[in-house]
Amino acid sequence: MYKLLLCWRYLRTRYIALVCIVSVTLGVATMIVVNSVMAGFTNEMQSRLNGMLGDLVFECRSLDGVADAKLHMAKIRKATGDAIIGMSPTVSVPALMYIDVMGPNREIQAMTKPITLVGIEQSTYADVSDFDDYLQHPSNRQQLEFKLRNGGYDVYDHQAEDNENAKPRKQMERAGWPYRRYKASLLKQRELIAGREKASIETPESNLPKNPFGPANDQAEGRDFDPATEQHPGIVLGIGTCSFRGTDGTDQFFALPGDDVRVSFPKASLPPEAISEFYTIVDVYESKMSEYDANFVFVPLRSLQQSRGLIDPTTGIGKFSSIQIKLRPGADANQVRDQIREAFPPHLYVVSTWRDKQGPLLAAVQMEQAVLNVLLFMIIAVAGFGILAIFTMIVVEKTRDIGILKSLGASGRGVLGIFLGYGLSLGILGAGAGAGLGLLFVKYINEIADLLGRITGQPVFDPSVYYFYKIPAVVYPQTVAWICLGAIAIAVMASILPARRAALLHPVKALNYE
Amino acid sequence: MSSLLQAASGSPEQSTSPLAVSPPLEQMGTRGLFKSYYKGTLGIPVLQGIHLSVHEGEFLSIVGQSGSGKSTLLHLLGTLDQPDAGEVYFEGNRIDNLPSASCDLLRNRHFGMVFQFYHLLPEFSALENVLTPALIAESTLGYWRKRKQYRRRAEELLELVGLSDRMKHKPREMSGGEMQRTAIARALLAEPSVLLADEPTGNLDRATGEQIMQMLRELNQEQKLTIVMVTHDPWIAEQADRVVRLGEGQIQTA
Ligand SMILES: Nc1ncnc2c1ncn2[C@@H]1O[C@H](COP(=O)(O)OP(=O)(O)OP(=O)(O)O)[C@@H](O)[C@H]1O
Ligand SMILES: [Mg+2]
Repeated sequence: MYKLLLCWRYLRTRYIALVCIVSVTLGVATMIVVNSVMAGFTNEMQSRLNGMLGDLVFECRSLDGVADAKLHMAKIRKATGDAIIGMSPTVSVPALMYIDVMGPNREIQAMTKPITLVGIEQSTYADVSDFDDYLQHPSNRQQLEFKLRNGGYDVYDHQAEDNENAKPRKQMERAGWPYRRYKASLLKQRELIAGREKASIETPESNLPKNPFGPANDQAEGRDFDPATEQHPGIVLGIGTCSFRGTDGTDQFFALPGDDVRVSFPKASLPPEAISEFYTIVDVYESKMSEYDANFVFVPLRSLQQSRGLIDPTTGIGKFSSIQIKLRPGADANQVRDQIREAFPPHLYVVSTWRDKQGPLLAAVQMEQAVLNVLLFMIIAVAGFGILAIFTMIVVEKTRDIGILKSLGASGRGVLGIFLGYGLSLGILGAGAGAGLGLLFVKYINEIADLLGRITGQPVFDPSVYYFYKIPAVVYPQTVAWICLGAIAIAVMASILPARRAALLHPVKALNYE
Repeated sequence: MSSLLQAASGSPEQSTSPLAVSPPLEQMGTRGLFKSYYKGTLGIPVLQGIHLSVHEGEFLSIVGQSGSGKSTLLHLLGTLDQPDAGEVYFEGNRIDNLPSASCDLLRNRHFGMVFQFYHLLPEFSALENVLTPALIAESTLGYWRKRKQYRRRAEELLELVGLSDRMKHKPREMSGGEMQRTAIARALLAEPSVLLADEPTGNLDRATGEQIMQMLRELNQEQKLTIVMVTHDPWIAEQADRVVRLGEGQIQTA
């Protein structure tokens, strides 16, 4: 009992000890903040990475793919049992995309971008990824159809938790059929003017094939394509391929749903032959992984198969290049991967989990977090040495009291207990205060970042650099618990030596200590 | 104080004296106690064969020059230190070779100790200082259960030593006499059978010293408390039932 009472009294009277736990507090707070923010980034990144990829990806090594997704999917299902809840075949091919933009002298010029063109089956792709959730039109988020909508594209980033930080995307107000009709009429006017000018110099009609809304796909159908009422096959662009983020955080689009783009890619023939297709932008997706958003562009699977000549003319069966697989929650991805690997010849197919695919990135982040944690824990260890020094001082100062306690029948273990308890309570206090401070900091991290930005005049968290509007932070209770436990353990360990010294003091010598 | 002579005064030096009609029971005693302090290899002999008997209910004072080893002897009696040779007895049992846990128990329950420099805990109030033996004896839960009883007893004791209005005071807010009275109250909390006092008046002026002495005498007479007091002041020593002199490491007949 006296141990508790004395600990309590020492806590209240020895302010020097409180000073030394400030370092414990700061160490714990920093560790919590850093871990939460890193966990936030990792989490965000992982969900984005996993959101675009299936849990498992079954790929064939050949760029031109192999035939019959149905057959393969049946075989996969047979190999894995009930672990799989969704599969979707895709075709992907590196391609070049041309977007018509206004040049400096109001002339139209093509902006070229290297992309990966992905053909997806819109009926099943939503089963294997969160791709749908990233689309800008609410109805497309329900069910993606590669059809241009009349309007109603989100003017705000629907994934932002509050619209405060997300800057409005005013341009999106116009997107849709009306915009397309307007562009078409504008084009017609231009053509008319160009035609008139040409007519005055040369003979007319020579400019018809140059029409950017050219009748590429429709030549086969043998009739004129009217851009005001018709669309090319739909295409969904990554937000990074058709916009850039200004320094003030607003997204500036240079192509909107309703615009047409041209995409060039190789046909699956020998020798390869580049073809160029027109597509109409029907939506834009934003996964917030710039790696994806600036690279992937989605079109209907069937249309891409057709364009690349992947469909067997006799059977009508198309070739695919990969199958995205969604696993039942809780299923062991590695185990399923190995099952599939065994069922297929490895020189033809690659099976990987999304973690395998992003392995180096995830490993790098994990490594970074581990190193940071070690460094930060050093801070707490340094605090431990502070406690050691101050406790030794306190034991010396309290030598006579220790003698008194012993003369009154306190055991060595009891005296040991006083100082261990003292260390423990300092540790708990320091860690508790640190946890409180850290959690508070994490809670208001964006406000703090804003404030710092305002004071220094330089934004701490620049939304034009990241695709998030806010610093993501996730607090894992067990991480906090571990950090606190570690800090408390260090405080107790630091007090062991002085406490032992106190416990072993000779009562008479302690009593006579001046 | 009126009954100064009432206690077994004039009891003989040795309990084995054939003159005693009924030899008073020995409560504490030492047999051939030796103790030296070592500075390196050089030993300074302090106690060289102490034979001492303390009878039940006796007020014994030990006098001697400074440095004669009075405190050392008292520490040995109170199991705060171990002798080099010889034995210490308490109620018929040898206590100088007990394991430390038993010594702790003895000090906590059976001996009350009072020191020259009071030795109160500076973080505790007078009341808490008096309660310290109980705080040490009991587990947290046990103390919590009996806290009312203990508190009442501590308050009674403080009242007994005349400090009922100083209970909340910290040692630094009290005078020397008040501190010593608190220390005596603390020594009495566990209802010990022996009070070991090392120059209880050594740091106090004459009048205050007299107060303390009167208190000890009353305790000795009214509660039949055995008291062993060490002092170098002959005038203080004389107020005890019996005085023994310590010199050259041995008990000298007065
Ligand atoms: N820890 C120690 N180390 C070495 N010598 C010691 C130690 N404690 C006491 N002594 C020596 O032992 C002798 C007896 O000391 P002790 O304190 O018992 O004397 P005392 O009779 O109580 O004296 P005083 O009346 O001044 O209190 C002294 O000479 C002292 O120097
Ligand atoms: Mg002394």
